Amino acid sequence: MAILIVAEHDNATLKGATLHAVSAAAQIGGDIAVLVAGEGCQAAADAAAKVAGVSKVLLADNAAYGHQLAENVSLLVAELGKDYSHILAPATTTGKNLLPRVAALLDVGQISEIVAVESADTFKRPIYAGNAIATVKSLDAIKVITVRGTAFDAAAAEGGSAAVEAVASAHDAAQSRFVGEEVAVSERPELTAARVVISGGRGMGNGENFALIEKVADKLGAAVGASRAAVDAGFVPNDMQVGQTGKIVAPELYIAVGISGAIQHLAGMKDSKVIVAINKDEEAPIFQVADYGLVADLFEAVPELESKL
Amino acid sequence: MKVLVTVKRVLDYNVKVRVKADQTDVDLTNVKMALNPFCEIAVEEAVRLKEAGIASEVVVVSIGPKAVQEQIRTALALGADRGIQIETDEMPESLSVAKLLAKVVAEEQPGLVILGKQAIDSDNNQSGQMLAALTGMGQGTFASEVKVEGEEVLVTREVDGGLQTVGLKLPAIVTTDLRLNEPRYASLPNIMKAKKKPLDVKTPADLGVELRAHTELLKVEPPAERAGGIKVASVEELVEKLKNEAKVI
Ligand SMILES: Cc1cc2nc3c(=O)[nH]c(=O)nc-3n(C[C@H](O)[C@H](O)[C@H](O)COP(=O)(O)OP(=O)(O)OC[C@H]3O[C@@H](n4cnc5c(N)ncnc54)[C@H](O)[C@@H]3O)c2cc1C
Ligand SMILES: Nc1ncnc2c1ncn2[C@@H]1O[C@H](COP(=O)(O)O)[C@@H](O)[C@H]1O
Repeated sequence: MAILIVAEHDNATLKGATLHAVSAAAQIGGDIAVLVAGEGCQAAADAAAKVAGVSKVLLADNAAYGHQLAENVSLLVAELGKDYSHILAPATTTGKNLLPRVAALLDVGQISEIVAVESADTFKRPIYAGNAIATVKSLDAIKVITVRGTAFDAAAAEGGSAAVEAVASAHDAAQSRFVGEEVAVSERPELTAARVVISGGRGMGNGENFALIEKVADKLGAAVGASRAAVDAGFVPNDMQVGQTGKIVAPELYIAVGISGAIQHLAGMKDSKVIVAINKDEEAPIFQVADYGLVADLFEAVPELESKL
Repeated sequence: MKVLVTVKRVLDYNVKVRVKADQTDVDLTNVKMALNPFCEIAVEEAVRLKEAGIASEVVVVSIGPKAVQEQIRTALALGADRGIQIETDEMPESLSVAKLLAKVVAEEQPGLVILGKQAIDSDNNQSGQMLAALTGMGQGTFASEVKVEGEEVLVTREVDGGLQTVGLKLPAIVTTDLRLNEPRYASLPNIMKAKKKPLDVKTPADLGVELRAHTELLKVEPPAERAGGIKVASVEELVEKLKNEAKVI
């Protein structure tokens, strides 16, 4: 067996999500190759070569892959992927955008967001917002899979010494162009990688009030998340949404502030090790999953929490 | 320009999910079914394109057993012009959905196809991207804004790092995210009118598609339950517990 992992990277650095996919691949078993497709992405490829367990890095450095447009990169992955038994990518927005397109080009299905490897062809994955866990067996010759990062430990970023092979093949589907992006810049840790996450919901009332939880986040070195209601109301940007259709997090400590605990929100955080809920409504469903629940007005409790840390 | 939208019939998002005792699947007997919320957003976007004079016709497609006609009618009540049901005994897998839709695209020649980003039952998030691959079109997935400008559609996408905008040659595929729009409610007169709008029924054989299984569902289990926690009486007690009991701060 041979496994091809499509790396998550920004040309300069390899993203942590890739390391979780490497762990999943190691559980499947077989040689692990990592594809770094981008433009000016040698540094990311060098980082991939150092990851423990990786036996080969394929470097496709070409203007056509600059913004990792799915139309172009999918043609490359489908071409290279024919020689592998498995093609994996992290279940990030990049992986979710790309991999189904690869699967269709190869005329195989995709198994989305696996959380466990049962055998080389059988995997577990959540369905219905995590309210059921399906065990599915792939019937295809090439298994195309996205991996939920929180379900697999990160492989060691150092310790490997894989060879980096350049791939010359350049595909430009000429269907799409990159126009622009608005990237959130934050000093705080990334939501999906943070040890502590504190999220605010509709109960925060407005965007300015998020400053209250940001102060707590600063003291705990935490990332800040949000419920869909807080994002829809425009309190905070979309990349902060935690849940079934946002980001999946599983930190050591998750603090939910002014969040009711709808199943779609729980789907994104209920695998956290310790959950704290602060809500003024003692009937809020979030308390059913919270290890420590505090029934209180957040406008009093959160500043007090900050002062006591 | 014609706009094609797809709608999937799924378990209503408010309904509590129960797993069958024999662990073969989720129990869907006598539960409320609804339009997949992301598809509702897709229909709304298509109808707005028509209201803005950009779309000339909105065609809605659903694949599945006869019952999916209910969701097609809902979409017609929201403003779509005509419906197509592709009749299958069960809900097909995403690649089969994409293959069937690719044939409909070849017949209907839409300028834009709008799908939901994910079906909230399978949580697959695949069909739109697969349809884009099969038709060779560009894809604007997880869209929070769609602007048709001449021969191109500009799609703003919700990505992990923030927002990304891509320009796609028309015809193109778009999949919706939650912030694209807020769907309207169907008025009673429109629900009545929808009953008279045309609805065609086709089979996969009519479209020349042979459905194949790519996965086998071995088991469906309920997720691990979290053991219930405690209520703390004060912020002070909370901090103490987090330090000394949970040892996470
Ligand atoms: C298809 C679909 C996908 C979805 N995906 C997601 C997703 O990915 N993530 C997500 O989060 N949601 C998602 N949702 C939405 C979800 O169903 C809920 O609507 C949402 O999570 C509610 O957010 P909330 O808890 O902030 O708001 P609410 O449910 O309105 O809760 C606000 C809470 O704040 C409390 N509160 C108010 N004031 C105070 C105060 N002063 N002090 C203390 N507490 C206070 C209230 O008691 C209440 O419990 C999705 C829904 C659909 C249909
Ligand atoms: N059976 C179906 N009928 C019509 N549209 C579907 C069907 N299955 C999936 N889709 C469309 O594809 C989108 C993504 O579904 P999925 O890839 O299954 O998560 C849905 O939101 C629908 O718009």
